[in-house]
Amino acid sequence: MAEENKNKYRLTKKDRLHVFWRSQFLQASWNFERMQNIGWAYAMIPALKKLYTTKEDRALALKRHLEFFNTHPYLAAPVLGVTLTLEEEKAGGEDIDNAAIQGVKIGMMGPLAGVGDPIFWGTIRPVLGAFAASLALSGSWLGPIIFFLAWNIIRMAFLWYSQELGYVQGGNITQNLAGGLMQKLTQGASVLGMFILGVLVPRWTNMNFPLVLSRVDVAENEMVNFGAISEAANEGVLSGDMLRNVVHEIQSGMSIDPVQVTTLQNTLDDLIPGLAPLLLTLACIWLLRRKVSPITIIAGLFVIGTLAYVAGILG
Amino acid sequence: MDIITIVLVIFVAFLAGMEGILDQFQFHQPIVACTLIGLAAGNPMQGLLLGGTLQLIALGWMNIGAAVAPDAALASIASAILVVYYGAGISEGIALAIPLAIAGQVLTIFVRTITVGIAHAADKKATEGSFKAVEFYHIGALMLQGLRIAIPAAIILSVPPEFVTDALNAIPAWLTGGLAVAGGMIVAVGYAMVINMMATPKLWLFFALGFALSAIGELNLIAMGIIGVVLALLYLQFAPEFNQGGGGGGGSSSNGDPLDDILNDY
Repeated sequence: MAEENKNKYRLTKKDRLHVFWRSQFLQASWNFERMQNIGWAYAMIPALKKLYTTKEDRALALKRHLEFFNTHPYLAAPVLGVTLTLEEEKAGGEDIDNAAIQGVKIGMMGPLAGVGDPIFWGTIRPVLGAFAASLALSGSWLGPIIFFLAWNIIRMAFLWYSQELGYVQGGNITQNLAGGLMQKLTQGASVLGMFILGVLVPRWTNMNFPLVLSRVDVAENEMVNFGAISEAANEGVLSGDMLRNVVHEIQSGMSIDPVQVTTLQNTLDDLIPGLAPLLLTLACIWLLRRKVSPITIIAGLFVIGTLAYVAGILG
Repeated sequence: MDIITIVLVIFVAFLAGMEGILDQFQFHQPIVACTLIGLAAGNPMQGLLLGGTLQLIALGWMNIGAAVAPDAALASIASAILVVYYGAGISEGIALAIPLAIAGQVLTIFVRTITVGIAHAADKKATEGSFKAVEFYHIGALMLQGLRIAIPAAIILSVPPEFVTDALNAIPAWLTGGLAVAGGMIVAVGYAMVINMMATPKLWLFFALGFALSAIGELNLIAMGIIGVVLALLYLQFAPEFNQGGGGGGGSSSNGDPLDDILNDY
């Protein structure tokens, strides 16, 4: 009899899949008062429906799960897993009060949000987005396709497996996730993220200083002699060897133009390519740390960019 | 514009609006949203290129905790409609995306405030134990978020094309050129936001290394990704805080299980 009772309060894999699917809508009714509260209840409903059958029990269960909740939307999955186990035990007659369930939710959500933000928003999405954008800018459809598929595979796999982990491991999981494993993942992801950002800053920030610093006449013998070529062509005696010779001269670094123009950009590139974007990025970080809002910085850059363009400094 | 196109564009806008709050499938990210608008309106290549460019700008736009980021959904959808359907240039699209992102941010804050009322209505129904009603309110709030983008999209679509084209042509050349220059620079703000969130003194080393290696054009992003993963794995193997002997957290209770010791060592 007791065994039968126990089975009645067991959530099947199908029930848990149902919860997993709904957990993707966690933030649908995000509000400034209790944030993800309805979304949380919405995700729990398939389980609550099975575990509680009377109107009174259902009302109590809903009330319990409509309390304040907010974490990283994907890291809610392990918390859901743990809560499913607790609800199973409660429905099966164990003495677990509201405060205990609430305590688990609140206790887990803080530390987990702290690991979810750098991993998903700080590393995976920028790195994947940057990679996909580079494909898209070269006109390849693979850009958006890879972004969409890779992101959703990673996300769904994470949601399901971390929910299952929470379900199987119960309360122990907080320590594992917030303590050990996740800490490693966060650090590793941050190393990758910072490295890729170092690559992206000089490559994809477009700043060109066309300001001319010097014009130097190039000596006759350091210049490719195009005059001779055109003469030969007009007289019909142009030979393959002459053209080959020109290519060799260009490849060996001889000047094509009679005047060598050095712009500010050339000088900066001689120092190290990407210096200006680096300084700009560091300036933005400095401003952000002084609580200047990103939108203000962007608006400021529009003004500066337009003025510099009109003045001929940037182009 | 025929009716099917209009329906498709508004549908994509609705999806993007819902994703702007859910942040799951990523239909609101520029690279997806602009491409879809391009496909729906029959000019996919423009959508793809705008999406790629805007994606770089929006890399750092993320909702953390209760803070609301600039809204990628309205920025992508509205500027994609202007570029793909009304023939604005990509650099104009980017310049317009910024005020649109702020407008979207204001709209989502508005919806998130209204939703407080919905939460109270759900509470009332919850006391009757009605799952159905709670689900209804939840999905209703999601619909509001979808409309948040779909309605502005419909408004932009209903403006006569000549009007938009005239307005775009009225932008003087110096401004267009200036906006294009600025568009190339604002990517840095996105990078700065991401770096600002992750950077610790140790991690700046990896940023410096990436910066130095970026000058080597032969190393494309896949190669860079491989180098980055190798660095991350090496870091985890050698950093003192991830080794028992090191000076990390200390005070680990040695119970003979090396993995457990590592886990306890924070």
